Amino acid sequence: MSTPTADIIDLLAGIAPGDALAAVRDQRAQARENAQRSFEALLEPADPGTFSLAERYAVASFVSQLHGFAEATAFYGDLLGDEAPALTAVVAAAAASAAATGPFGAYRERRLQGESTDGARWTPDAATTAALQTRLAAAFTHTHLLVFRPREARAEAIQALVDAGWSPDDIVSLSQLVAFLTFQLRVAWGLRTLAAASVAVPAAVSEGA
Amino acid sequence: MTDTVTTYPDLARPDVFTQQGLGWVPWLLPVAEDELTDAQRDALIEPARAKMPYFRLLARDPEALRARTLTDLDIFYNVSGGIGRAERELAAAATSRHNGCVFCASVHAASATRESGREADVQRLLDEGVEADLGDETWNAVVAASVALADTPLAFGEDDIARLRAAGLDDAEIVDVIGGAAFFNWANRLMLSLGEPEVPARRAAAR
Repeated sequence: MSTPTADIIDLLAGIAPGDALAAVRDQRAQARENAQRSFEALLEPADPGTFSLAERYAVASFVSQLHGFAEATAFYGDLLGDEAPALTAVVAAAAASAAATGPFGAYRERRLQGESTDGARWTPDAATTAALQTRLAAAFTHTHLLVFRPREARAEAIQALVDAGWSPDDIVSLSQLVAFLTFQLRVAWGLRTLAAASVAVPAAVSEGA
Repeated sequence: MTDTVTTYPDLARPDVFTQQGLGWVPWLLPVAEDELTDAQRDALIEPARAKMPYFRLLARDPEALRARTLTDLDIFYNVSGGIGRAERELAAAATSRHNGCVFCASVHAASATRESGREADVQRLLDEGVEADLGDETWNAVVAASVALADTPLAFGEDDIARLRAAGLDDAEIVDVIGGAAFFNWANRLMLSLGEPEVPARRAAAR
């Protein structure tokens, strides 16, 4: 690439160079730089191998929609639209049917079972599976598990990915992708919320200026 | 199960949140220590991590591991400005308690205790859950913000910011709380979904 990619967390948070929060983020320059490198490693890898860019963007678009984060949904929707436009509507329909509230789930630990909670567990229906195809459909099932009820993850869920054609390397990358996005979206959302809470100028004053 | 996935029918599993050290076993084969490539060793950042199956499993995607590790270390250990180490560890422990990651909670509850000397307060978070009164408003506000940020769909809001500010946190400190709590949404999901915790053999034999 001839020009550096924009900092995606700043983009999603609505932070511009020179903003007060840009200076605060500069105090953790290594974290900022490596959050961006994580995005590049997982979403713009030089060699995506057998985990295609279309699959990566489809998962990212699904995760963004499950989080109800409009700016992220638009951003990852654009990446998916450029790479695999036919998947955009399928992913949106899947996300709408997969809406849930988390974290929830049953504890395996004996003395924590009193804290187990229930929620909407989701797997793609036949039509969605046909549209996504076996591999991506399995990835969406796993993504929903990781986003909403990670405490219910078991070896059987890894086996389901293996059965759908996912290699161990790609399972690690898929897990990193989903888990990273739950970080990236929260940092951006948190910064956006902090910036909004910092606008202390009363409306009447700015209107009069 | 195929040969690709490893299960542990007789594992000594923990049955509750604890500050005592736990082991962790992987469901997928980590890269063998003597087969790590230079790029994979570089991605570990700290050479001692080559002993840990969790990091050798993540080494299957070295670029992602490297960036993740450097993000982690700066959020938690860069002490120039921002909030104290204890409160960052508290954010990690509270997030792990809320998401249900017994392994992550054990590591970071113990770190919060080590950094603060407040073992009983930290234990109350583990025993009673994220609603526990930890004895002062700063800690309670950090826990509440971490819990709010963990919820999906995203609902962390200006009320959460206002409570942190009322507890005396400035913007740099709030950004550290957001960073620490957000990072554990990443860590919890890897630890919970690629393997599971075990009670070390010595303690398992004693119980």
